[in-house]
Amino acid sequence: MSRGLSPRSSKLRGKVAIVGASESDEIGKVPHKSAMQLHAEAARNALADAGLTLKDVDAVFTAGVWMASEAAEYLRIVPKWADGTQIGGCSFIAHVEHAAAAIDAGLIDVALITHGESGRSRIGMPGTRFGPDSFRMQFEGPYGMAGPPTGYALVAARHMHDYGTTSEQLAEVAVATRKWARLNPRAAQRGPLTIDDVLSSPMIAWPLHLLDCCLVTDAGGAIVVTSAERARDLPKPPVYVLGTGECASQVIISQLRDFSWWEAAAVSSRLAFEMSGAKHADIDLAMFYDAFTIVPIMGLEATGFCQRGEGGAFVSHQRTAPGGDFPMNTNGGGLSYTHSGMYGMYTMIEAVRQLRGECGERQLQRCTTAICHGLGGQLSSAATLICGTEVP
Amino acid sequence: MPDYTGPVPVPTPETRPYWEAATRHELVLPRCRQCQTMHFYPRGICPECLSSDIAWERVSGTGTLHTFTIVHRGVKDFPLGTPYVIAMVELDEGPRLMTNLIDVEPDPTRIRIGMRVEVTFADVTPAVTLPRFRPAPGTV
Repeated sequence: MSRGLSPRSSKLRGKVAIVGASESDEIGKVPHKSAMQLHAEAARNALADAGLTLKDVDAVFTAGVWMASEAAEYLRIVPKWADGTQIGGCSFIAHVEHAAAAIDAGLIDVALITHGESGRSRIGMPGTRFGPDSFRMQFEGPYGMAGPPTGYALVAARHMHDYGTTSEQLAEVAVATRKWARLNPRAAQRGPLTIDDVLSSPMIAWPLHLLDCCLVTDAGGAIVVTSAERARDLPKPPVYVLGTGECASQVIISQLRDFSWWEAAAVSSRLAFEMSGAKHADIDLAMFYDAFTIVPIMGLEATGFCQRGEGGAFVSHQRTAPGGDFPMNTNGGGLSYTHSGMYGMYTMIEAVRQLRGECGERQLQRCTTAICHGLGGQLSSAATLICGTEVP
Repeated sequence: MPDYTGPVPVPTPETRPYWEAATRHELVLPRCRQCQTMHFYPRGICPECLSSDIAWERVSGTGTLHTFTIVHRGVKDFPLGTPYVIAMVELDEGPRLMTNLIDVEPDPTRIRIGMRVEVTFADVTPAVTLPRFRPAPGTV
């Protein structure tokens, strides 16, 4: 546990709202657009969704390999607040927390948070920042660490050892998520999928099969955040920010202190629940970053939806699928909808749409409170957002 | 040896003694002279008490397998060939390190978390030696 974690104030609860959310025009395989173009398209679409223009934006947030000011430059925004906090794929969820604090303090009015990545086509993508003298390349690289799957395989193997989690339970996540993707016209993978399909897909890094791993796509996403007061004057119903939390524990997987527990997620979710005042039973929609099937399982444990070690059982019997009693990743997730590199953004876009009732065939009957729970790096960090249609 | 196709580490000031010891086939870890805590990877400052008074200590080179993966889609031209085993080893002195587990079948039914392992050294280039681990005698 991190050093000193005092209870979180509820001061920011409901003070700001997400008022716009969108992907880029195209997502999936987009080799004819650069990564920054995907940022910009998403920004344009999210602003239009919010009923705002570039002139309204006075704060720009982005993460990844870019400075926040690069996104601002591309859009010719001259922000008075530029936040490039980079803690991996959940960074944008953390940005909501930063934006909420800055808006509440009166420092900014309208925050634009953007993501764009040419994850698949690699158009306009800067290279890796891990040189041969980085700690990653000194102490992991020489042993053949081949990107995220190998790191998460180390975690999955230990979780299986400690708690008896099975490959079938991991596959349950992929199958349930695919069922949601089949209801989302924008999802990249919409074909039928069975547990056997997952188990018989090629082994990438034991115990993770190909279909335990997320997609690699080209896509952008953006959201717009402003004060609750201003939000009430905009065309679409506000999605209030009720609780937020973030935590970063380490960067490289070999520095993880506990290989069967997501420490950062336990912290970020506790902070978000404390701020929100919500209880687990209040959550209608769970958007859990699913870079690999083991991640939502460990996320459900760390955020307190089940006990440590019970995540595998929790997701069994297609509980998170359409018709199940715990709807999770209704967009089809990083596993079947899209994963351009930093999926945390898309958890929030889907939550906004579900809370507004815009999801068509996959729309939940009741959706007033949602949790967006993001992952960063190699189980390195976490950020959690609890949002809803009303401020309790 | 010049044909080694795998990634090799480039040491930084705080890690150089570790890599230099490896070329002598010694596994050494930093221990804080103030609070006595051993840590890894090597920092120039103790992550427990922030002292800069760090000593290098030769360790036993034995430990237990903490977790592992068998990599089928790995680094291109990785010299061990696929499938290869990446392991986290918990040294008997406490700290954990990443390594390859070698001299064992890459079969999840033959590799057990908790099994005893020992260090072995691979001189992969004239300048670089990688500590790897293998099952301790009598383990498999």
